[in-house]
Amino acid sequence: MSLALDLFTIVAVTLGAIFFLAGTVGLLRFPDTLTRLHALTKADNLGLGLVVLGLLPQTTAPFGWIGLIAVWLLALLSGATVGQLLAEAVRPPEWDQTRTPAASPDVPPNAPEASSHD
Amino acid sequence: MTSALVVDTALVLLVLGLALWITAARAAYGAAVGFVAYGLLLTIVWVRLAAVDVAMTEAALGSGLTGLLLLGAAARLAPYEAAEYQRRPGLGLRVLVGVLCAALAAGLAAVVLLLPDPAPSQALAVAAHLPATGLGNPVTGVLMAYRAVDTLLESVVLVPALIGVWSLSTEMAWGGRPGFLTPWRSGSALPLLARVLPPFGILVGIHLVWAGADDPGGKFQGAAVLAAMWILVMVAGLREPPRVSDRLMRFLLVIGPLCFIGIGAAGIRLAGAFLAYPEAYAKPLILAIEVGLTISVTAVLGLLLAGPPAPEPQYQRQSRRRS
Repeated sequence: MSLALDLFTIVAVTLGAIFFLAGTVGLLRFPDTLTRLHALTKADNLGLGLVVLGLLPQTTAPFGWIGLIAVWLLALLSGATVGQLLAEAVRPPEWDQTRTPAASPDVPPNAPEASSHD
Repeated sequence: MTSALVVDTALVLLVLGLALWITAARAAYGAAVGFVAYGLLLTIVWVRLAAVDVAMTEAALGSGLTGLLLLGAAARLAPYEAAEYQRRPGLGLRVLVGVLCAALAAGLAAVVLLLPDPAPSQALAVAAHLPATGLGNPVTGVLMAYRAVDTLLESVVLVPALIGVWSLSTEMAWGGRPGFLTPWRSGSALPLLARVLPPFGILVGIHLVWAGADDPGGKFQGAAVLAAMWILVMVAGLREPPRVSDRLMRFLLVIGPLCFIGIGAAGIRLAGAFLAYPEAYAKPLILAIEVGLTISVTAVLGLLLAGPPAPEPQYQRQSRRRS
């Protein structure tokens, strides 16, 4: 039984480490901030989740479990918020402009009024 | 054993490399970001050295709070950075500074490496007398009983630091609200986080203070977490920072040091020395000081980041008058 649990830990933590590796490679290789954020949040959410899942059998129930899961939930919350804030900060202004003409159907999307909006 | 050595060596190389990178970084903002990462790496180093109390202080204050102060300063100074870089000191002065820094580092290294073996230590004496304080955590015991004067000065020095920040206020703005934490525009994810996180953060902060008597933790770590929650609420625009002329807030700023000095002075009469505790009441007195200091340190840390008072925007004053 304990061998099976140890194997489970090794597999889950290794999978989590692979997600962290992939997230880091994405952070370094992806072309712009939004795609990099995508890579980074994958490492946080899934990578840390798998590491926590793998470490659960190695701690004592119930307080060790609660602590580990709380760490993961807090990282999820902060990761999601920071991802939103960064994306909001770097969002190209054109995106807001293409949305403005869509709201008023009289103006075609590439009208000069739209680009002189700023 | 060897795998631990490999990890430790990689950690040390990473810390040294990051330190060099911070020193060489051209932009102050990048250097400040690097400093935060450096603090987190140092935290892992302290954990590897089994000094969990120091690790928590490093993560909360060294990396988190100091990092925020440096980031704020770097963002504020960015417009003047290029001009400052133009009139940097000449080569001779820079070499001199480098040589002096290297001499200081070498001196510290020599002190550490030339320690007699076994190193002189009071650890056994502290461990023998720890039960008298009623505390289980030897770090808290040393900080509150054997080195109480250091801890007192450490907590008092925060108040002059805040007075230094406030003295940057202009004459017109004095008495107003601190102006560094401009609220984020509404409709973003930050107000949601500032509503969801503080109940858990406050719980963790109080737990750190309470657990500090017997386990790793304590007032400075707990106060840093509490201050972080307060700052989050202020940055999200859910609450305004208090006016610097607010009497209640000024009282909270000094209640911790006053409590510490008061109990310390009472020790002259009751236990024979300044900052000595009568043995029967040592633990309750130490807890009272810890609680008072937690309140004061939280208030000081939050207000240090909130910055000097700023002139109020016109529309806010009007809307307040109307209500």
